[in-house]
Amino acid sequence: MELITPGLGLIFWMTLSFFLLVYVLGKFAWKPILQMLHERETSIHEALNAANQAREDMKELKFSNEQLLQEAKNERDALLNEARKVRDKLLEESRIKASEEASRIVEAAKASIHNEKMAAMTELKIQIAENSLTLARIILQRELEDPRKQEEYVQKLIKEVKFN
Amino acid sequence: MTTNNSRSFLFRFLASGLLVWAVFVTGLFAAVQDHTMLVPANDSAFEQHGKSDSRSEGKFNAGAMIMEHVVDNHEWHVAEIGSLHLTIPLPVILLYNGKLYTFLSSRFHNAAHSYLGFKLEQGGPHKGKIVRAGQYGHAVQDAHKVYDFSITKTVFAILLSSFLLVLIFVSMARAYTRNRGKAPSGLQSLLEPLVIFIRDDIAKSSIGEKKYEKFMPFLLTVFFFIFFNNLFGLVPFFPGGANVTGNIAVTLVMAVFTFVITTINGNKHYWIDIVNTPGVPWWLKFPVPLMPVVEIIGIITKPFVLMIRLFANITAGHIIVLGFVSLIFIFGAISAALGIGVSVVSVAFMIFMYLLELLVAFIQAYVFTLLSALYFGLATMEPEHH
Repeated sequence: MELITPGLGLIFWMTLSFFLLVYVLGKFAWKPILQMLHERETSIHEALNAANQAREDMKELKFSNEQLLQEAKNERDALLNEARKVRDKLLEESRIKASEEASRIVEAAKASIHNEKMAAMTELKIQIAENSLTLARIILQRELEDPRKQEEYVQKLIKEVKFN
Repeated sequence: MTTNNSRSFLFRFLASGLLVWAVFVTGLFAAVQDHTMLVPANDSAFEQHGKSDSRSEGKFNAGAMIMEHVVDNHEWHVAEIGSLHLTIPLPVILLYNGKLYTFLSSRFHNAAHSYLGFKLEQGGPHKGKIVRAGQYGHAVQDAHKVYDFSITKTVFAILLSSFLLVLIFVSMARAYTRNRGKAPSGLQSLLEPLVIFIRDDIAKSSIGEKKYEKFMPFLLTVFFFIFFNNLFGLVPFFPGGANVTGNIAVTLVMAVFTFVITTINGNKHYWIDIVNTPGVPWWLKFPVPLMPVVEIIGIITKPFVLMIRLFANITAGHIIVLGFVSLIFIFGAISAALGIGVSVVSVAFMIFMYLLELLVAFIQAYVFTLLSALYFGLATMEPEHH
């Protein structure tokens, strides 16, 4: 029977000590422990959030970096293209100019050659004419040394003129 | 650095615990030296009197032995060395006829088992109780007028475990303030999972995020008090072995705490549901208020069940273990060889029971706390808005 009969003294002491235990532990143990746990959880939560935020930022930064790099690359390519074009244009222009110059020089040379030639020809003609005259004079001198032959020649010339 | 700190903390903790313990025990010894601390066995309270005593006349009485170990006692029987009983006497505090009487329980170690007219009953319906002794050493009729507020074995164990709980958890709280913002170490990391478990899986899930904080001190205290005393009760030697959580007065008080907290915190919705239970046909409430009566009985049965469950589980565990011990002696009385043979089986079963009891120690603490939290949750639940 004693097993299931709660004793008065025991109830009194248990109530007293349990009440004190709840009070003392509640004030000096559970309150600081729970508060610290909460604090730590909050700080861990915040740290995780911050890390996530940092990761997001990093991603964004990386993305913008890449974008910037791409833009720079594009610009460089454009610049290079333009430079190449300019170079090509310059080359082309200079080539044209050079060929023009060359052809002009050639023309000039040709003209001067022609002139020289003409001058030479004229001089040659004059030389030939002079030479012919000299020759003719010599021949005539010889032919006309003998008077009979002079006669004969005059006759012949008359004949020739007659026929004309 | 950290391990060094926690180690030195552990040393300090153990050292201070041992010191307190040594002072306490030596103080007790000093106080009782003239009260025959070591009582010759044939002069002991249990040796002479009563047929129900376990050791009477050399015959082993298993039932009496088990009951002696399970119920409360006015002194703490520590060990039996040969014919000597090493017993720690505990203070007896009596209120009789408006007067307070205090003396040590070793005063009862005499032929009549009586002191100042009080008698420690050795048998009969009041066995183990202190009653008013008559002229010839017999209990007189007004036995109930003696109010016994003694520091019995159970009370002593309650005070001791309360002291240890305060020591453990206050030092744990100090560790939190010291290690602010750092990872837990030592005692903290051992007990923190349990605290978080009670907060998240018991309090928050049963009571709700908004209101659980108010009930945390009670829930944590009740859990650790039960768990700690369950484990202490499993230790077979002093200062363990007191059947604290298997004592109905102890579980009664804790159940009453739960009941009072539930009733104080019950909101309008809780009481309306009791008086006018929703979802029940009207003829169950009027003209005969059947449902309200059932509900009101329910208010009482909830803590009552809490009380019985813890008490019965722990006591049953103790009785089974003691039963296995008794088997050895019962068979040993028939023949020594048989006793040795049975002891092998008995010890195997005892080890199994102890392992089971370790599990039960946790489960019962958990169940008591969880059900208390559920009742608090019911009492503070807000009506659902449709």
